[in-house]
Amino acid sequence: MKKYLFPSLRLTLVLLVLLCVIYPLFIMLVGKVAPGSGDGVKVYRNGKVIGYENIAQAFKSDKYFQPRPSAVGYNAAGSGASNAGPTNPDYLKKVNAAIDTFMVHNPGINKSDIPAEIVTASGSGLDPDLSPEGAKIQVKRIARLRNIPENNVIKLVDEHTEKPLLGLFGPAKVNVLKLNVALDELK
Amino acid sequence: MNTEYIGIIVTYGLTILLAIPLGKYIAKVFSGEKTWTDFLNPFERLIFKLSGINATKEMNWKEQLKAMLTINSLWLLYAFFALIFQDKLPLNPDHNPGQTPDLAFNTAISFLVNCNVQDYSGEAGVTYFTQLFVLMFLHFMSAATGIAAMMIIYKGLKQRSVTTLGNFWNFFVKSITRFLLPGAILVAIILAFNGTPTSFAGKDTVITMQRDTAQISRGPVAAMVAIKHLGTNGGGWFGTNSANPLECPNYLTYMVEMIAQLVIPIALIFSLGFYLKKMRFAYIIIGVMTIGMLMLLIPTIQAETHGNTAIAAMGINSANTAMEGKEVRFGIPATAYWSTQTTVTSTGSACGAHDSYMPMTTGMELMAMMVNCFYGGCGVGFMNYYIFIIIAVFISGLMVGRTPEFMGHKVEAREMKIASIAALLHPFLILSFTALSCFVLVNFPDIKWVFQPKNWLGNPGYHGFSEMLYQYTSCAANNGSAMGGLTANNIFWNVTQGIVLLFSRFIPIIGPVAIAGIMAQKKFIPESPGTLRTDTGTFGVMTLAVIIIIAALAFFPALAMGPFAEYFSMK
Repeated sequence: MKKYLFPSLRLTLVLLVLLCVIYPLFIMLVGKVAPGSGDGVKVYRNGKVIGYENIAQAFKSDKYFQPRPSAVGYNAAGSGASNAGPTNPDYLKKVNAAIDTFMVHNPGINKSDIPAEIVTASGSGLDPDLSPEGAKIQVKRIARLRNIPENNVIKLVDEHTEKPLLGLFGPAKVNVLKLNVALDELK
Repeated sequence: MNTEYIGIIVTYGLTILLAIPLGKYIAKVFSGEKTWTDFLNPFERLIFKLSGINATKEMNWKEQLKAMLTINSLWLLYAFFALIFQDKLPLNPDHNPGQTPDLAFNTAISFLVNCNVQDYSGEAGVTYFTQLFVLMFLHFMSAATGIAAMMIIYKGLKQRSVTTLGNFWNFFVKSITRFLLPGAILVAIILAFNGTPTSFAGKDTVITMQRDTAQISRGPVAAMVAIKHLGTNGGGWFGTNSANPLECPNYLTYMVEMIAQLVIPIALIFSLGFYLKKMRFAYIIIGVMTIGMLMLLIPTIQAETHGNTAIAAMGINSANTAMEGKEVRFGIPATAYWSTQTTVTSTGSACGAHDSYMPMTTGMELMAMMVNCFYGGCGVGFMNYYIFIIIAVFISGLMVGRTPEFMGHKVEAREMKIASIAALLHPFLILSFTALSCFVLVNFPDIKWVFQPKNWLGNPGYHGFSEMLYQYTSCAANNGSAMGGLTANNIFWNVTQGIVLLFSRFIPIIGPVAIAGIMAQKKFIPESPGTLRTDTGTFGVMTLAVIIIIAALAFFPALAMGPFAEYFSMK
């Protein structure tokens, strides 16, 4: 074993320099010209940072589109899921309560139209997106509270729906933060 | 057909399309043929010169293993102390504390052995220094170690009646310089341009639209996430792994990360065909592995798209009810596809919360890790499969009354003993430690530990049992995924996992390398009409049968008590 100790030690040092200094610094430099300069892509309003494009934030007011429930209170200092098993009785009670709350805040909708994503917590607790259905189920409430025609809000959701990748791969989605920024600008 | 299914079919198709040329290239690199990356030769010579290594000296299998174990022990010590004292080291902008000794023991071993089970959360449990200089460093090291060990076996299959099987350092360094590092650079750049952070800036604080103060963890994420997948490691930057939108921002990065974690294991099998010039043999192996993978993938997708019947019964929209723990940008079929591929390989990364998946999915994930050789990890996937080949050769030899031989070398009692120990170790570790944890939980729920066993489980009933079974299965398969409801950062789990991890990494490497070394020394027997052919469909079916019998017989009772019982309890 001794025969291999010093070569091992020296090889480890050489590889530490190559893989842990040169490689990440190179990626950092490349990241400088990427969107967000490698610091994460921010969303601005009137020149001020109001959040990160890829990180959900809490919208307590019913006048805004709300993102999916978060098991960590939208705290992106960490991230986390509920880790609730599908047959856990406490969990099922919570989902049932979330459905009832959603019905109270969104009068006039059909219960059978509620997509499960809006009453279940996301994997990271920071899911920035809704499916188009998840956004549209909230349209009635927002149109009523803001006194704007429902059709205008539906149009806004459609405009902000990102199609699947190349129109072919994966699901369609709506970024909640960007949608809400646009919502405030809607007359 | 809808875009979510097209997405995963194309992702898989691209993986295979990339794996074939990559396999050919890897075979050329290791057989010393000319490749277009030969401009790196002087650079590699410099690495060897600085390290005082003679990379052309032929080594026998025992010398190879000694070199491998020496350098691995060194990394273990380094990682352990760096994690304990990380608070006193540089690059800690978020002021995270040092790890406790039991957690550092677990983390150091876990990353050393390519498992990456994480009992801490990346945002608070490690620093930028340990993320890069320990965890990401070990991402490269463990993948290259596995590939180097596999190359020793390839060499043993090719050579006839020799004692030396190439040079460990040569295999090891070239797997980094010739494909792991270039591949990681490519993947990291794609991630960077899709919004994954690359800078060393610490946590950011922003005032949100509704005037709340929110914090966002960041760091040089892209560099680590790239090799986390290419090296089938799986230990991510953030606590929720690739479910975190900064670690995997959109569907393009989903496809890239998905391809990255599958392409090398598949390419290595193709490279065996190119290296031995026996493509048929490689196709049969790929075929068996793919059939095995599909047998796990199809029930998973079916279970996840069918969804949670208890939630559908509440009267809401009955489509996509299994969204708990999943992310909208991936959707259900893609998350199901990821869960299968990440458990058939030894990656264990996640784009959702494994604890909230349907019981049948959990069952399929467990089986994938129990079999542990449908593609498998970088290098070690083939090595596990190799054990099953040896057993299949032996059994079929006995069945048809021929001397069992493989690649022109007799398979005798000594090799069979090693193969049996390697094959039986896996169920032994998983089942005995799961039994131990159940015993402690039931008999000592209130024992005076800082974290009491009664608080271990995040879910009651069958699901809770699945959480414990999953944890040890993931460790024994060096996979690293976990059902997050289990609170594993305490002395019992940190220590028992560490033990399982060490055994289940090094014995399945030492065993196959020893078999290959012993067999290569034997007299070469030319192929004759009486030879049992190992490159036929019949032999493929035979190997699959051996795999299913060993995995099913050993694990079925445990699976029945966990995920399958939960499945039948759902209406």
